[in-house]
Amino acid sequence: MLILLTGLLLGGTYTLIALGLTLQYGVARIMNLANGETLVAACFVTFWLYTGFGINPLLGLLVIGPVAFVVNWLIYTWLMQPLVKRARNRGMLEVDSILATFGLLFLFQGLMLQAFGGSYFNYEFLAQPFSIMGNSFGLNRVVAFVAAAVIAVALYTFLYHTDRGTAVRAVAVDPRAAMLVAIDVRKTAAFAFALGGAITACAGTLLSTFYTFNTSMGVIFTMKALIIVIMGGVGDVRGAVLAALVLGVTETLVASLLDPGLTLAANYALFIVVLLFRPQGIFGKRPA
Amino acid sequence: MLRRSFNVLMLSAALAVGTFGAAMAQDPVRIGVSASKTGPLAGGASGVLWPNIKLWVEKVNKAGGLKVGDQMRPIEIVEYDDKSTPEEAVKNIQRLATQDKVDLIIPPYSTGLNLATAPLIAKYGYPQIVSTGNANDLEQFVKRWPNTFWLLGKAQGIADGIVGTLKDLHDAGKIGNRVAVVNVSDAFGLEMIKTGKPALKQAGFDIVYESSYPLGNQDLAPVIASAKAANPDAFIAYSYPPDSFALTEQAQLQKFDVKAFFVSVGGNLNAYGKRFGAAANGVLIMGGVNASDPVFQAYRKEHLEVTGQEADWWASPVAYASLEILQQAVEHVGSLDKKALNKEIQSGTFKTVIGDVHFENNINNNNWTVAQWNDGVVHGVRATGNLQGAQQPVLKPAWPSN
Repeated sequence: MLILLTGLLLGGTYTLIALGLTLQYGVARIMNLANGETLVAACFVTFWLYTGFGINPLLGLLVIGPVAFVVNWLIYTWLMQPLVKRARNRGMLEVDSILATFGLLFLFQGLMLQAFGGSYFNYEFLAQPFSIMGNSFGLNRVVAFVAAAVIAVALYTFLYHTDRGTAVRAVAVDPRAAMLVAIDVRKTAAFAFALGGAITACAGTLLSTFYTFNTSMGVIFTMKALIIVIMGGVGDVRGAVLAALVLGVTETLVASLLDPGLTLAANYALFIVVLLFRPQGIFGKRPA
Repeated sequence: MLRRSFNVLMLSAALAVGTFGAAMAQDPVRIGVSASKTGPLAGGASGVLWPNIKLWVEKVNKAGGLKVGDQMRPIEIVEYDDKSTPEEAVKNIQRLATQDKVDLIIPPYSTGLNLATAPLIAKYGYPQIVSTGNANDLEQFVKRWPNTFWLLGKAQGIADGIVGTLKDLHDAGKIGNRVAVVNVSDAFGLEMIKTGKPALKQAGFDIVYESSYPLGNQDLAPVIASAKAANPDAFIAYSYPPDSFALTEQAQLQKFDVKAFFVSVGGNLNAYGKRFGAAANGVLIMGGVNASDPVFQAYRKEHLEVTGQEADWWASPVAYASLEILQQAVEHVGSLDKKALNKEIQSGTFKTVIGDVHFENNINNNNWTVAQWNDGVVHGVRATGNLQGAQQPVLKPAWPSN
């Protein structure tokens, strides 16, 4: 039971890391390699707000989310839109966006290095025991899990039960056909990219309450997010959540019953198994 | 991207001080630095190495410069980022030696990068005073590269330190013989466990739980849960900063109470004491300092004033000492002749913030190996060689409930 709960909490953390990218990659079709840097930048901003101004990280979400939304909207319209316009097919856009966001990664890293230096940062927030069925867990991790659940449910409701959300899904499935039914693909894609960025930033805020972070750590999160997004099926929120939970539980099972040294191996073994049997991801649609 | 940034600020400060002296007319002493500003090692290097270089250069230049013979020459730093990779580090050293033609070199951060750059630094004959790395087969290494100097001593001494402390506690009847030991699986963790584990067994300890976890992993709840289930008297983690924090947080959350709780790199950071506050009391860490030494206290104060950043409780003063040794060697020799400098460092004695340092066969054998947190201050409790000022370790109280 302890293992399952620990695993689910970890899965919640992973969900947070991956949800933003699944929107950006699945809908806006931008393979954002600077995803992890966005997350780490939010960690730093949260740290700065909390230690400098005493702003509670949970309140910080209210600032960081919208700001990240605007920043990502601008990034999409200024940096990515030209690539989208000139791309003749999806493959070309993917290559171009990978190169562009690779550059963005270094830009973000450099800016953070200038502002905060390269040392390790962390702070104490809600690092109290929280008891679930007689086992104690970090309250900060529980909060992150709850937030992940809230964000995932809200996102799901939005995508599957509103017109705007249906438009977003239509763009994810086929941007050309979406245009035929009077969906403004550009605006929708920009919206999805911005929303994805905002979710990633919120993830950073929540993660910073229990992770020690520094400027160079973004790539760890990008890798994790990428694995989850591809396992779950690109652009599918349900898939990302399921993949993240499976990954969290598997890693914890392996760490508790076999050897903590094997968590990474288990992680990639699972990834390979999914790729072998469902290369399009758990919920992904087979390309026609 | 090789970035070349002169330390303009330092230089102008030096010039301002020496405006009406002769210093202005003197050629600066050019010192090359290649160390990590990005990549996985940047966290350590920015906490320990870079701020001390800044502090040292500012101090020396404020005092009129580096005394070379009868001249006072300002220091000019030429610095490059090695991006935490050996390839880049080697390229940087090559450039510093051949393009920038620097007078002296401050070697990189970490064992790996120091080992990787040693042959090249030796080729150009610069003294390489290593303050942030160590290894076990140092005698062999020194024979091949006699211009390398090892301030932290041998890895053996550091890995065994905690075993000695536990044995003392056990012999005094204060703790039982059940030990849980975990390590981060990278070069450092593996080297430590390789020497630490046999030492534990030899000292009669029963290893009731042992495991390793991947570098960068901060989700360590299962590790602490398993260690707790094994019901040990002492817990040893050969760990790195992110995981040292994560293990401590989890131990506290899960009420994993042991009489001795030891973390390695990261426990020495000032941020550790800040993060855990009273909960850190009694935590044993790797390394240490003589916190009651007024020279060290003055250094800590200066470090904060000049760099805006707190010195840590192990590596910072050692890094600073390596620069003091370089400075004093130049003063003793009276020139920048590399051969003479190497000879002086081999045989001389140097007054530093970590006390008087004298290398024996290029290795400093007097090192703090274990220390203990108490009310926001770290006190050394065990050292190799003849270091003075060790305090008696106390048993760790139960984690405070918060």
